[in-house]
Amino acid sequence: MTMPWFIRRILGIVPTLFLTWSIVFGVLQLIPGDPVMLALGGTPASDEVLDNERRRLGLDQPVYIQYLTFLKKMAVGDLGNGYSSKQPVSEMIAARMRPSLELALGGLLVGIVLGVALGIAAGLRPHGWIDTAMMSSALVGVSLPSFWIGMLLIYVFGLQLEWVPILGDGIDALILPSITIGLFLAGGLARLIRSALIETMTQDYIRTAHSKGLSAVRVVAKHAMRNAIIPPITLLGLQFAVLIGGAVVTERVFARAGLGSMLIDAVLTKDIPLVQGLVVYTTTAYIVINLLLELLYGIVDPRIRSRRA
Amino acid sequence: MAEAPLLAVESLSVAMGVTPVLEDVSFRIAPGETLGLVGESGCGKSVTALSIMRLLPNPPGRIIGGRILFDGTDMLSLDIGALRAIRGDRIGMIFQEPMTSLNPVYTIGDQIGESLIFHRGMNGRTARSETAKLLDLVGIPAARNQLDRYPHELSGGQRQRVMIAIALACRPRLLIADEPTTALDVTVQAQILDLIGRLRHELGMAVLLITHDLGVVAEFCDRVAVMYAGRIVEEAPAAQLFKQPRHRYTEALLHTMPAANPPGRKLPSISGTVPAPADRGEGCIFAPRCGFAIPRCANELPPLTEPPHRLRCWNPA
Ligand SMILES: Nc1ncnc2c1ncn2[C@@H]1O[C@H](COP(=O)(O)OP(=O)(O)O)[C@@H](O)[C@H]1O
Ligand SMILES: [Mg+2]
Repeated sequence: MTMPWFIRRILGIVPTLFLTWSIVFGVLQLIPGDPVMLALGGTPASDEVLDNERRRLGLDQPVYIQYLTFLKKMAVGDLGNGYSSKQPVSEMIAARMRPSLELALGGLLVGIVLGVALGIAAGLRPHGWIDTAMMSSALVGVSLPSFWIGMLLIYVFGLQLEWVPILGDGIDALILPSITIGLFLAGGLARLIRSALIETMTQDYIRTAHSKGLSAVRVVAKHAMRNAIIPPITLLGLQFAVLIGGAVVTERVFARAGLGSMLIDAVLTKDIPLVQGLVVYTTTAYIVINLLLELLYGIVDPRIRSRRA
Repeated sequence: MAEAPLLAVESLSVAMGVTPVLEDVSFRIAPGETLGLVGESGCGKSVTALSIMRLLPNPPGRIIGGRILFDGTDMLSLDIGALRAIRGDRIGMIFQEPMTSLNPVYTIGDQIGESLIFHRGMNGRTARSETAKLLDLVGIPAARNQLDRYPHELSGGQRQRVMIAIALACRPRLLIADEPTTALDVTVQAQILDLIGRLRHELGMAVLLITHDLGVVAEFCDRVAVMYAGRIVEEAPAAQLFKQPRHRYTEALLHTMPAANPPGRKLPSISGTVPAPADRGEGCIFAPRCGFAIPRCANELPPLTEPPHRLRCWNPA
């Protein structure tokens, strides 16, 4: 086939999306209880009201019709209306997306700067002092729960030193939660970059690069990093995908009205269309980001491009 | 050798960790001359080559003694900046592993042009057209279209040609070729050697050709140094060494050459193996495998005699 490799990859996600949505639909069928009762919020209603409601939601149709209708709606982004607000779920999600996206990007930025710097420093001198210090603190960074780090940051920089606001929508209110997420990301990222770099620096082509007289910086930045970067890209991409679905704990700690807090509320109030909408949104985001990652691999490493051809 | 040598390795000793792997290695190469360095696998040929360029992996590799004079400058006392100015510009190097020596994520045009940009200060466009000429020179046809190809799209022989283009980009005065054909098919081996032979004359450069194949040495080199277990045991003009080998190890190596044996029969090999660096005794290291050893060989190290026919043996042929 003469289709460019990236077109093939893009078309490749269609079955994945279809399968994911089917699973979401299937799981929905398994939830115990009458969806109509839940939709009415448990208020007692006559059989006639229940029947009307059932017809309105299409629940009187055979399951396969419901399934097809569901898929059709997913494909055009129609996630239905929430039980409690009666508003379109897609609009509700869109309204809460910004705080989550900002936090994800902020956390990613902190994580990349910190993780790349530490990972390279440690990877170039394995078992040196930076490496030793980094490896032990990275472990701490990853294992401390983010609510604890978040609260610590609030206490020290927000309440004691009063350097940054701890609440609000401004960019400065984003600093502490971004650090909270960033520290977590940096720990894993630094370890991954370290090991990928150690492995890459022993390759024959690194020796070739030195034999040309290139500087150590150029050898690492150009010849080693592009080869060492794929595992770290994967890690960051997948974590970003999780984050844009809302960092549940961090959003709660910093009282940010993002998707994470929305999900908690939706679960607690048994707002099924909203939960379902959030699940569809996060899984779809995950799949799309995965696709972007694949495309990125192809740009970074030509062998991946031709393997697909 | 009346002429001032281009390269003089003097009493070079190298250790891997605490184990000595090269001891008292000395040889010289005159401008334009080709010296063959031969010996079985594990003798220390690659360590010698990497030491000259100061490319030994460290840790564990350490140069613990000796001098390496290139064109009069001591490579071992150069700071890194001065060393880098020599690497890839005045000394080019090609390696045994063409499959892994090129960076898989950059085009070959990029990898060849890089030296020109760095050492010659060329801009991208000039480097590109110069690189195309280099590819022509090393026999990769339709060079323009090849510049944007990646290493994985090339055969082993083509990759070694690219490595040669990288090594020769800046017209070095010395080419170090560490078993450049060992990993290649027999027919390709001959092509690559022809190529190096031709370019050596065209560019007037000296070559240190490392190989374990004496057949290659016979037709290619002006002089030959034979290495055994980290030491030079014999060195002589190529013709003389082949006509009249004196060290028993050289003699044994010559017996294993295809040309020295009736065709179709399995080649003889030297019995035993090169002792690991840690297991080397007091005397001649070849003594345990040598059919002509006398009592003295086991406990006293023979000295290396003076040129033109240098020899380290108590009981030579
Ligand atoms: N990176 C290394 N670490 C430890 N030992 C090494 C390393 N490279 C080479 N050696 C040892 O040095 C000796 C000489 O190796 P080498 O120069 O590669 O031999 P060859 O003559 O086959 O090129 C061998 O005993 C080998 O085991
Ligand atoms: Mg070798």
